Amino acid sequence: MTGVWVTIASLALATAALKLAGPLILRGRPLPPRTMGIVGLLASALLAALVVVETFGKGRSLTLDARALGVAFAAIVLARRGSLIVAVLGAAVVAAVARAVT
Amino acid sequence: MSAERVQFEAGIRRGLVFGAAVFAIAISFGVLARPVMGSLAPIVMSIIVFSGAAQFGSLAVLAAGGNTGAAIAAGVLLNARYFAMGLGLAPSLRGRVATRIVLAMSTVDSAWAAASRGDGTFDPWYMAGASLPQYVGWVLGTIIGVLIGGALGDPKSYGLDALFPAFFVALLYEEARGRRKLAAACGGAAIALALTPLLPPGLPILIAAAAAVVASGLRS
Repeated sequence: MTGVWVTIASLALATAALKLAGPLILRGRPLPPRTMGIVGLLASALLAALVVVETFGKGRSLTLDARALGVAFAAIVLARRGSLIVAVLGAAVVAAVARAVT
Repeated sequence: MSAERVQFEAGIRRGLVFGAAVFAIAISFGVLARPVMGSLAPIVMSIIVFSGAAQFGSLAVLAAGGNTGAAIAAGVLLNARYFAMGLGLAPSLRGRVATRIVLAMSTVDSAWAAASRGDGTFDPWYMAGASLPQYVGWVLGTIIGVLIGGALGDPKSYGLDALFPAFFVALLYEEARGRRKLAAACGGAAIALALTPLLPPGLPILIAAAAAVVASGLRS
C-alpha cells in the first residue's frame, strides 16, 4: 500500500512542478511571435493525441473495442450540435450496449 | 467589479458544463481505483493531483501489477504536456508571484483551451474560473465512485471507460477550428497512433506536440 501513497505524492509534486516550470523559466517575458503561433496550435495537437490514445490504446498496443463506438457516437452528437453532456454520457451508454450484445 | 473578477465569473459559467462531465468521469475513476488503491487513496489523489490523464494512466499501471516507479513515470509522462502548456500560459500571467502560482496551478486541458484567445495569449482568470467547477466535480465524483464502486460490479459493462476519451473529443471539437488547427489535430493523432506501440505510455502524447510546430508553418 506504501507504493500507492508514494505514487500519489510523487504525481502531486511532479504535476505542480510541470505546471509551474514554464512560468518560472519565462518570468513574464514574452515568447517570440513564431513560438506564439505554435502555442496557439498546441491544444489541438495534444487533445487529438489524448483522444486516440484513450480510445485505441491498451498499454503499449492499439486495440479496437467498444470505446471506439462510444467515442464515434460522441463525435456524431457534437457534429449535430448536441450538448457535451449528451455526447459524453451517450458514449458510455453506447459502449455499455455494445459490450452487452457482443 | 474588477476585470479579473468578471473574467473569473465568466470562466465559472463556462466551466459548469465541463464540471458536470468531469463529475461523471471522476465517478468512473473512483470505481476503477477502489479495488487497486483502497478507499482513501483515490480521494486524496483527486484532491492533490487533479489530473484525469495522470490518474487513469498510473492506475492502469498499478492495476496491471506494475511497480511504483512505472506508475509514477506513466503519470509524469502523461502530464508532461503541462510543461508546454505552462510555457504558453506564462507571458499572459500578471500580478503578484502568489497569484501567478495559483493561476498556473489551475491549469487543466479544457480550461486552458477555453482561455486561449487564439493568438497565443490567454486569459488566466477565465481559465481559473473554468477550472473551479471541474475541481469540485472531480473530487465529489471520486468520492461517490469509491462509495458505490463495490455495489456496481465491472465498470466496463457500464461503458465508463468511454467517458474520458469522449470528453476529450468534445474539447477537441470546440478547439480544432480552422485549417492550421485541424492540421495540428490530425498530425497529433497520427503521431500518437504511430508511437503508442513503440514507446512507454505518455511519451507519444508529448511528442504529438511536434504536430503544432509543423502546422504553424502552414498558411492559415
